[in-house]
Amino acid sequence: MTSLPRKSSRIKLGLVIDLDICVGCQACAVNCKEWNTSGHSAPLTDLNPYGKGQQGVWYNRIHSFEALDEKTGESQTINFPKSCLHCEDAPCVTVCPTGASYKREEDGIVLVNGDICIGCKLCSWACPYGAREYDETEGVMKKCTLCVDKIYNETLSPSSRVPACVSTCPVGARHFGDLGDPHSEISNLVKARGGFSLMPEQGTTPVNQYLPPRPKQHQKRADQSPRELEHKDTSTDGAGLLARWVDKVLSA
Amino acid sequence: MHPAKSVIFFTTGSGAGYGMLIWLAVLSLVGLQPADTFYGLVAFGIAFGLVVGGLVSSTFHLGRPERAWRAMSQWRSSWLSREGIAAIATFGPTGLFALAWVILNENQSYSVGLGIIGAVMSLITVYCTSMIYGSLKTVPAWFTKWTRVAYITFALMTGAVLLWLVSVLFNLPQAPIIGQLSMVFIVLGFVVKLFYWRSVDNAPATSTAESATGLGKLGKISLVEAPHSEDNYLLQEMGYRVARKHSTKLRKIALALGFVVPFILIALAIYGFPQFQLIIASIAVFSGIVGIVTERWLFFAEAKHVVTLYYGESAI
Repeated sequence: MTSLPRKSSRIKLGLVIDLDICVGCQACAVNCKEWNTSGHSAPLTDLNPYGKGQQGVWYNRIHSFEALDEKTGESQTINFPKSCLHCEDAPCVTVCPTGASYKREEDGIVLVNGDICIGCKLCSWACPYGAREYDETEGVMKKCTLCVDKIYNETLSPSSRVPACVSTCPVGARHFGDLGDPHSEISNLVKARGGFSLMPEQGTTPVNQYLPPRPKQHQKRADQSPRELEHKDTSTDGAGLLARWVDKVLSA
Repeated sequence: MHPAKSVIFFTTGSGAGYGMLIWLAVLSLVGLQPADTFYGLVAFGIAFGLVVGGLVSSTFHLGRPERAWRAMSQWRSSWLSREGIAAIATFGPTGLFALAWVILNENQSYSVGLGIIGAVMSLITVYCTSMIYGSLKTVPAWFTKWTRVAYITFALMTGAVLLWLVSVLFNLPQAPIIGQLSMVFIVLGFVVKLFYWRSVDNAPATSTAESATGLGKLGKISLVEAPHSEDNYLLQEMGYRVARKHSTKLRKIALALGFVVPFILIALAIYGFPQFQLIIASIAVFSGIVGIVTERWLFFAEAKHVVTLYYGESAI
């Protein structure tokens, strides 16, 4: 059934993405593609992979935004990874006419059953975040599975049972955990850092949260320019007695 | 939004077909339709042809058309599912009404009852079609009550104009009344479309690049670099951009061909040159088709989706 679970799940698995430290290296997108192309909704098909106009199914995309403070004229660049937010009030689920889209009661993960999806694309229209992908080769919709085939995989070591994007991030900008538990490590992280939801006005109540860049350490303008070494080639100021004597001998 | 041909034909065609079915029942109820076999064949033939053609065409944009029957299952939450069920169910009473008309030459008493039930169900089906679009919060240009009002008004308008053409073809004495009815609904449709555009153009932005990224506190947000150098599915489906450059011109074309020209031509056929009414009616219908297809194309092509905020749009 594509109605949402009547009671929202107690466990809400999701990601917390730290925009302060993401360096925009795209490793999460690449490892996501690598894991998922043989995972739950495999394959993640590519079109014209070696020709002009390549495109394909990606669950993870990393945008770069500039924030311009119009008062001070200062700007900063923010790398912005985006994947499915596994919304509590997921509009992609309720619009599905076939029941292929569903939200799991046990952990809140939003998935597509590729065996009954008709590829009407309405879920991609209903999602504000662009989390839905259409696989042109298979004619069905695909989306981030939160690596459902990895996080519960008992053949992996416990430390590896996190989504591929999380385990691969070289700077630790992605965190995985239960956002339904107010005392979980990542819930505490969201509280401590003032985490936020994307487009709350769309009423989707995303599970995934984002952490804002930390405030810049503001200095006076003069201090911000690179410090220059004073040029001392010809001066003996501050030199010791011996050095001044040698300088005197050699300068003669 | 990408204006897929199949969806444009589906919404305009099935809308006009249901409009005809509604008028065939309502006009029979007030005794304005002859229970003639041949007339019934042509009128119901066009109406069902448009409805069936529209529904079949709507499956063309599916990735897996052979699974289309599955779309009937989720009526509890999905307007697309409700639309599918309503469309199939409507064939029952309207089909029986058509059979009674064509075979028994009967469009009064019990059969008109079936016709009216079919008309109500046709209205429900058109409403469900409009809600597929009207329920999407992500496309603010659709998420307005005017979407519903417009779909229903246009179904009644295009259905009336087509039925007028058929009645002219059979030289029915009731043709002028159906023509006048068409003129009333053309005026209504014209006004509704103007209200729709006014409401869409003046609506404040629902989402912005600042709310999409949650970074508004840091300042004005703009895209520095897209996630990839090539196009992607999201941009092809939701980031359609061709229309907006010409939108003012296209709106004028839609209004002129879809409403003004048919209105004038119908008036001419009724009050000026009844002897040429068939040729005039044919031109009116042709112009109306081009106009309403342009209108529907704009409905899709002009509408912006909030996901484009992640690809360079600043407010939607």
